[in-house]
Amino acid sequence: MIGLTKKLRSIGHHVVDAVWRTGYAARFFFLILLYSGTSFQRFRLTVKELFSSGVMSLIIILVAGMFVGMVLGLQGYETLKRYGSESALGSLVALSLVRELGPVLAALLFASRAGSAMTAEIGLMKATEQISAMEMMAINPIARVVGPRFWAGVISMPLLSALFSAMGVFGGYVVGVVLIGVDQGSFWSQMQAAVDFQHDILNGVIKSVVFGVAVTAIALFEGYDAPPTAEGVSGATTRTVVQSSLAILILDFMLTAFMFQGD
Amino acid sequence: MDRTALDLWVGIFVVAGLAALSVLALKVGNLSSYNMSETYQLQAYFSNIGGLKSQASIKSSGVLIGRVAMISLDPERYEAKVTMNIDKRYHFPKDTFANILTSGLLGEQYIGMIPGGDTELLKAGDEIKKTQSALVMEDLIGKFLYSKADEPKQPAK
Repeated sequence: MIGLTKKLRSIGHHVVDAVWRTGYAARFFFLILLYSGTSFQRFRLTVKELFSSGVMSLIIILVAGMFVGMVLGLQGYETLKRYGSESALGSLVALSLVRELGPVLAALLFASRAGSAMTAEIGLMKATEQISAMEMMAINPIARVVGPRFWAGVISMPLLSALFSAMGVFGGYVVGVVLIGVDQGSFWSQMQAAVDFQHDILNGVIKSVVFGVAVTAIALFEGYDAPPTAEGVSGATTRTVVQSSLAILILDFMLTAFMFQGD
Repeated sequence: MDRTALDLWVGIFVVAGLAALSVLALKVGNLSSYNMSETYQLQAYFSNIGGLKSQASIKSSGVLIGRVAMISLDPERYEAKVTMNIDKRYHFPKDTFANILTSGLLGEQYIGMIPGGDTELLKAGDEIKKTQSALVMEDLIGKFLYSKADEPKQPAK
């Protein structure tokens, strides 16, 4: 009997804790938006974060995009060959990259490359009491530390995903046209006939902006909320990667259902 | 405020990202061939539109001349009413044929326009009288079966 009450009590405790944390996260997100004026007034701070989250992710995004495009070219060719429509390879590669793989894979890479770094950085700042020191000096740490990182992530995410898609199309071109020998004219023209600017490319950009907001908000919150110990920071970093990956995939399904339902 | 190497890298990153976006828009997407700003509307009634969708292309001699604007069911005629946006540069005679065709064996459906010989031209808002519906596979098979059934039976050997 006592064991059962203990169990019930711990379940209730976890639920209350989760709701508490959600509320805290919502307030944190609101504060970021409220104090984000600083990120643009002192744009130098945001530029610095753009460097560490955007520019430093360039290499992995470009290489990954290239190889994803090459794999799409190979696999797509193998499948399309059965139906004798190899010429549709261009539209297959471009549509799958622009609509789904570009935004989603770029966001997943960004979450593990830049999101984890953000969490660890802010968590360590908190553990070494730099955040409290700022508050002592009447500097708002959300405006000074968190805001610029948030906006850097939101700005760099669509750019990274566009680069990923462009590199992927190039990779598909290299494998499909240069190596396998699909007709170059039909590769590009089928692609242009299938990809619509508004319906496909702009929706991809919208997706990547939403992913950027989700990934950076989760990373910053986990860092800010991390217990100020070595163990706490490492746990927060893991949670960032797990939660933002899940958030990306779930959001992707919801956005896709909204955007591409009518056809 | 001095310019630093950091600014340069961030600048390169932003320029490269925007360049990738414009490559996607111009080379991958159809923004470059999207110059059909001036259009006029025509209507056509089809007894069956098959898999035609709005934004499907309208072609004449294989050249893209417009897009399907709207598809609805006419409540009085019980026929599909297709509204088409046609490029202002192209005008068609009154007795133009509008056919629903399929690109390739499994491709998407589009409207093909075959101009007639009338001297009068279709004006904005006019209706194309001569239409041909989409081919529906079940109808084809049905026709084939009926024609088979009508044939005199071959004596069994």
